[in-house]
Amino acid sequence: MSATPHYTPYHPKWYRRRVSVWWWLQKGSSACFVLRELTSVGVAFFAVVCLWQVRALAEGPEAYARFLVWLRTPLFLALHAVAFLFVLFHAVTWFNLAPRALVVRLQGRRLPDGIIAGANYAAWLVLSGVVAWILMRG
Amino acid sequence: MPPTVTLTVTRYRPEQESEPTFQTYEVPFRKDWVVLDALNYIKDKLDGSLSFRWSCRMGVCGSCGMMVDDTPKLTCAAFLSDHLPGPIRVEPLQYFPVIRDLVVDITDFMRKLKTVKPWIIREHEKSLAEGEYLQTPSQLEAYKQFSMCINCLLCYAACPIYGLEPSFIGPAAIALAQRYNLDSRDQAKRERHQIVSAHGGIWECTFVGECTKVCPKNVDPAGAIQQYKLTAAGHWFKALLLPWRTR
Amino acid sequence: MVRPLTPFLWVLFSAGGTIAALLFPVHVFLVGLAIPLGWLEAPTYTFLRNLVGHPLTRVYLFVLISLPLFHWAHRFRYTLYDGLQIKHLTPLIVVLCYGAALAGSIMAAATVWSIP
Repeated sequence: MSATPHYTPYHPKWYRRRVSVWWWLQKGSSACFVLRELTSVGVAFFAVVCLWQVRALAEGPEAYARFLVWLRTPLFLALHAVAFLFVLFHAVTWFNLAPRALVVRLQGRRLPDGIIAGANYAAWLVLSGVVAWILMRG
Repeated sequence: MPPTVTLTVTRYRPEQESEPTFQTYEVPFRKDWVVLDALNYIKDKLDGSLSFRWSCRMGVCGSCGMMVDDTPKLTCAAFLSDHLPGPIRVEPLQYFPVIRDLVVDITDFMRKLKTVKPWIIREHEKSLAEGEYLQTPSQLEAYKQFSMCINCLLCYAACPIYGLEPSFIGPAAIALAQRYNLDSRDQAKRERHQIVSAHGGIWECTFVGECTKVCPKNVDPAGAIQQYKLTAAGHWFKALLLPWRTR
Repeated sequence: MVRPLTPFLWVLFSAGGTIAALLFPVHVFLVGLAIPLGWLEAPTYTFLRNLVGHPLTRVYLFVLISLPLFHWAHRFRYTLYDGLQIKHLTPLIVVLCYGAALAGSIMAAATVWSIP
């Protein structure tokens, strides 16, 4: 090469399109992505509910009874219904994407995506069963 | 099957306009034609002033990337029949500055690619007398997928983070960095770690995953980035807990 | 300012996301829907108090609350950048998101510690 070509990085005649704040509404896949990211709000909501539940348990039976009353209000039932859908969507997208990050090689061959995702789903079922069994014994 | 199909093509002539416009063309429909064939028909028979890049017309050079109906595609691989009934919108690749019509400037990518040092780097080169570097099939397998990249930049056009964050080096650059990291002949993993973990590197990525969806060579850049995040995180903990091992 | 911590924050995000994915669906279903709606019988207060008093349960609850909060903090921070394009407010966003997660974690730790 005789001379390095000189590019004008900010040529005034090049047209630059600005990305709109609503870029994520322009395609179904982008909207799906933003919805997936917003599931974290449902996760945070329930983490706070968990914290509230543990504090109520620590304070005593009256506090816990008040907590249960709150849970039965239409507002919280609706919030939990939405949170449940959010958390389900988070779980499904999380397990489906896990194989991309967790590459497991056995004897030089990469384990198929389905096995990694399947293992995650299996763990999900087993752990859910264990938690349900522990909680519902009393 | 219709006899013709309409193409709505972006026109941008900086010498006569300050913003892109659209122009429609009526192109014969052939079931084996791709969008590139239609564009070449336009240039040959209808409007010789239309500017666009293309070369191999068989999906290995990476020159003909454009937005076809809002999706980044290689126009040599986008069949007209898949976009019926039309009109088919052909626009320049998203998130790159437009020089003219369908031609975009890719200097930003070229500069960013160079920063990840996408070549084999060795601490000690073998002398010629010692022979070639040998590699087993499974060593090849470790990085082969990421070596398939043809630098077509469809992944950049699909990545909203590249559009929003000017410093982001982008999917292909990171996938190619990973390609060299995983190559048994290369010895510059740590060097690339510094570059790729810095501002504008892997940590800007939020795993949207569109890059992998549009890649015509199944490189899976999103996978490369997530795997890189795992190794970089491991490296971070190792540097914290066992600093003598990472020097 | 948090840049050198980014890999660590990403690990917290991943761990929190995994915990939330594996354990939150069943917890939300039981605590938020099945028990309040009467589909399943509510566990008694005494049972729950004894369960929560166990050291393993205390650790479990702390992890169940704090890691998902950090998952939210990291994810929400980037959603604000990508969605509202307010990256120039990074210092404020970082303090609000990780600060809230830290506050929640500290409260969780204090609560599980204080259960008699």
